[in-house]
Amino acid sequence: MAYTVPKLADYSAAALTSAAAECVRECAREANRVRTVAELKAFRDRWLARKGGVLTQINDLWLKNAPKEAKREAGMGVNQLKARIQEIVASAIAPPVEPALARCETVDRVDVSLPGIRRPIGAEHPVMRASREMCAVFQRLGFSIAEGPVVETDYYNFEALNFPPNHPARDTQDTLFIAGQQSKPQRERLLLRTHTSPVQIRTMEKMRPPIRIVIPGTVHRNDPPDASHSPMFHQIEGLAVDRNITFGNLKGTLDHTMKEFFGSSVKTSFRPSFFPFTEPSAEMYVSCFICGGSGNRESGPCRPCKQTGWIEILGCGMVDPNVFEFVKDNGYDPKKISGFAFGMGADRIALLKYGVDDIQLFFQGDVRFLRQWA
Amino acid sequence: MKLSAQWIRDFVDLAVDDQRLAQDLTAVGVAVESISGSGADCVFEMEIGTNRPDAMNHYGVAREAAAIYDLPLKQLSVARSPSAAQASPTGAFPIAVEEPALCPRFSARVIRGTDIKPSPREIAHRLQLLDQRPISNAVDATNYVLWQMGKPTHVFDMDLLEGRRLIIRPAKNGEKLKTLDGVERTLTAEDLVVADAKRPVGLAGVMGGFDTMITDKTKNILIESAWWDPLTVRKTARRHGIHTDASHRFERGADFESTVPSCDLVAELILSSGGGELIGDVIDVVSNKLDQAPIILRLSEVHRVLGGNLKTVEIFRILKKLGFGLIPEGQAGIEFEVRIPSWRLDVEREIDLIEEIARMHGYDKFENTLPAYSGAVVEPPNAAMDKALLQRALALGYNEAISLSFISHEDAETFSAATVLELENPLSAEASVMRTTMVPGMLGMLAWNLNRDLDDVRLLEMGHVYEMRDGDRVEPARLCLGATASAVRAEISPESAIDISSAGANSPSARENRGKDGAARPQVAEEFRCFKGDVENLLSAVAHDELTFDRQTAEYFHPGRSARVLMDGMPVAQFGQIAESVKNERKLRRDLYLAEFDLDQLHARGLRRMVYQALARFPAVERDFSFVFSDDVEFLAMWRAVRALRIAQVRDFKPVEIFRGGSIAAGKYSILLRMRLQSDEATLRDELIAHWSEKIVGALRQLGGVQRA
Repeated sequence: MAYTVPKLADYSAAALTSAAAECVRECAREANRVRTVAELKAFRDRWLARKGGVLTQINDLWLKNAPKEAKREAGMGVNQLKARIQEIVASAIAPPVEPALARCETVDRVDVSLPGIRRPIGAEHPVMRASREMCAVFQRLGFSIAEGPVVETDYYNFEALNFPPNHPARDTQDTLFIAGQQSKPQRERLLLRTHTSPVQIRTMEKMRPPIRIVIPGTVHRNDPPDASHSPMFHQIEGLAVDRNITFGNLKGTLDHTMKEFFGSSVKTSFRPSFFPFTEPSAEMYVSCFICGGSGNRESGPCRPCKQTGWIEILGCGMVDPNVFEFVKDNGYDPKKISGFAFGMGADRIALLKYGVDDIQLFFQGDVRFLRQWA
Repeated sequence: MKLSAQWIRDFVDLAVDDQRLAQDLTAVGVAVESISGSGADCVFEMEIGTNRPDAMNHYGVAREAAAIYDLPLKQLSVARSPSAAQASPTGAFPIAVEEPALCPRFSARVIRGTDIKPSPREIAHRLQLLDQRPISNAVDATNYVLWQMGKPTHVFDMDLLEGRRLIIRPAKNGEKLKTLDGVERTLTAEDLVVADAKRPVGLAGVMGGFDTMITDKTKNILIESAWWDPLTVRKTARRHGIHTDASHRFERGADFESTVPSCDLVAELILSSGGGELIGDVIDVVSNKLDQAPIILRLSEVHRVLGGNLKTVEIFRILKKLGFGLIPEGQAGIEFEVRIPSWRLDVEREIDLIEEIARMHGYDKFENTLPAYSGAVVEPPNAAMDKALLQRALALGYNEAISLSFISHEDAETFSAATVLELENPLSAEASVMRTTMVPGMLGMLAWNLNRDLDDVRLLEMGHVYEMRDGDRVEPARLCLGATASAVRAEISPESAIDISSAGANSPSARENRGKDGAARPQVAEEFRCFKGDVENLLSAVAHDELTFDRQTAEYFHPGRSARVLMDGMPVAQFGQIAESVKNERKLRRDLYLAEFDLDQLHARGLRRMVYQALARFPAVERDFSFVFSDDVEFLAMWRAVRALRIAQVRDFKPVEIFRGGSIAAGKYSILLRMRLQSDEATLRDELIAHWSEKIVGALRQLGGVQRA
């Protein structure tokens, strides 16, 4: 038997309370019986419809008929009741399962659990992705992209970077040389650049200070391929030259960019190193973003950081005054300006960031590998 | 390079354990890469920069440790050393230096009546810890001194030196010397040798001679400790392909003041183990004093480079501990004159001192700051286009790939006509020249996938090729697409829309509809068109008026299924199926499609300007025409014929169905052409449409087409 709004026998507080409680009970009972969307609508209309809804009836029967002295009391009671009923109606939902099935029995339906048919999307190469992302971080700090040739002269790859002819530091570069250059003066002989650093010189020859550049590029060395070496790899080089560039600026800039790239929780640490074209020179380490710097993972010792908690990421330093001497005429007087430079391996960063364990995977074009970055 | 922790502790009383010592040394740039063993057998694997030969020995590292912990560094004990005043350039054995510039200092000692036998246990053990093989007390003494204080020395069996004298001279061209490793070497005039009256007995600074080495029978010994010109040593070592502990140190610069102490130390070790007597004073021929001028250090410069506010007392402490001499000069507290210790040949400039201060202070103690910047940020001129092309290729399902920049001579010849840049020292014959084309790299990557049963492959590579042009090297930019036939086939069937107003003519797709046996192979034409669609989708990013296609492609493309792309008449790309010959030669199991774009050409044109075109306000009308043409009439001819009618309202004219065989005679094909007409001014009237249709049918008939009912 559906609930009908009773007339109130008297307007005592007790009568009002009991009638209201009865009304709430009935409403909740009906709410529980709602099974379909249609029933839900009917239920909502029955209780809330402005014309003839239960609440409207209560308004008419209980409030309008109330004696003057009881009006205030009755008004408050009815308002509370209204709020409660609205709550019940709002929370009443049509349980989906059975009614939904019933709804679909008569219409065409598809197995929505079948996998979607996906049009293939291509993926950026992980090394390029890492490189572009890293460059973007520096671009946001005011660095512009610069580029230069892969086939370089001895002058740009070595001499102007303060690697004098026959200097032992050249041995560390495992240079690949272009054949048939013997008749040329040494500085004009062609080779495959062993680092992106020649672009520092080329850019300083073209642009006066201040400059801030980041240089992504391909480099080559005479390294036989294995899981961690490739004769071709990629670097990201950086150079900032201005008045009053300090070692603290170098550290601050790299600390900021590493936090942006690897996550704000990484820390950086700088250790002395040697590069002919920077002085002081440093190697920068970031706290291991894989084990969090502890050296250990749940699965055992952390291999990427060799359990040290630190991963070497790049080489850097203050630009050696000897380097500025080569471009002094274009405004790079080492007495007046200073600068910092850094260089990192994009392949290495991609290996670390994505957990790739073999650098050769980068250069095989295997789609099973490449699609992982789609 | 291995060093013994215990040996380092000989020279400085360290309170820290070996782990901590390793960490702290690493932090100042004398890097300990790993630690093995413990206690007296604890060994550090060191990584020392090429500029720090002074730290490539135990005493040098002890000096760094003493500076780190502010502890006293013990003197190297040289018990038998006579005072320098007693040293004489003549002495017990005559030495003649003919090349003073290359051998500015030559010290020597003579021992008589000693016995050659195995080294004492502790000496042998220490050498073994460092992976050095003990040989005999005399030879081990030189080795021990090298690892103790970094100074290479050499011992001769004095009785085997002919004419009782040594001459430091250039070798004669063709002169022979059998070195200690038993190899007979032919010398050149650029090699510096230590010679006796008759022949060379040592390759200066690199390796001693075999014929004058210490043997069991040796009784009398000449100890050599010289300072050799680094460049000469390096050149000789490289020329003869020898790298020794001695050459490694000499070519980086040894300690000029250590020739006499090292001689004495070697003598002391030999005498204490083998007995005998020291003859005469130390011989010391100094023909050219090494000039290590003092360096002015300005505090202002320290702060300008390093930032922060390093205290002057700290600067003083660091420099003194490392053996630098300090004299306040000029205004007190602003500028100093710094004397450089003889073992620090790497310190030549003010900046070198600043580096010493920074590394000893600790890099991590400097505050991280961000510099201000007033310059602008600019993108490279081609960045926007490269990005647009990459995005399009990725959206079309091509995976970005990278292949190596080296190819073989054969591939360079097969796939390009450019003059190659050949490598002097290639890794292999297959990688002997710089790529003049991206095609072999792309084919290699596609083949890699096919060989792993991956048939659905689409790759793109953007990069440079390298060639010689007019005597100079150039690095043209290229874009290459590669796809397997099955990947191309799987593409969403294209609507094959051909926009007559702007996109230009398409090459016929119907022509290649048959296989070798003449049987219909409709998918080939579709494949080609799908791939062509990808090429068009990339090129539509580039500013141009008209795209045209002809058949002038390279020989490695299938002659009937490839096309060259001309943008306003300029060739910008070629694409199509790879030739059967290439497929067979490379044992490719599947048909492949490839496209090469000349990025330099595209860069020069720039990106297409985006301009809005008003949307049509009046409905379009479509009309279909079914024709039979002879096979030699291509779609291009039909398109040109229709365009020649100059009916502005023809907005689109394209083939929607092509059919061969059945009722169609051999050598002919049926084509259903669809025309879309639209006006900007009004809804088109039927009479007008009929009139235009008639003109179009007429034009197509002119080409030999027969309209079907």
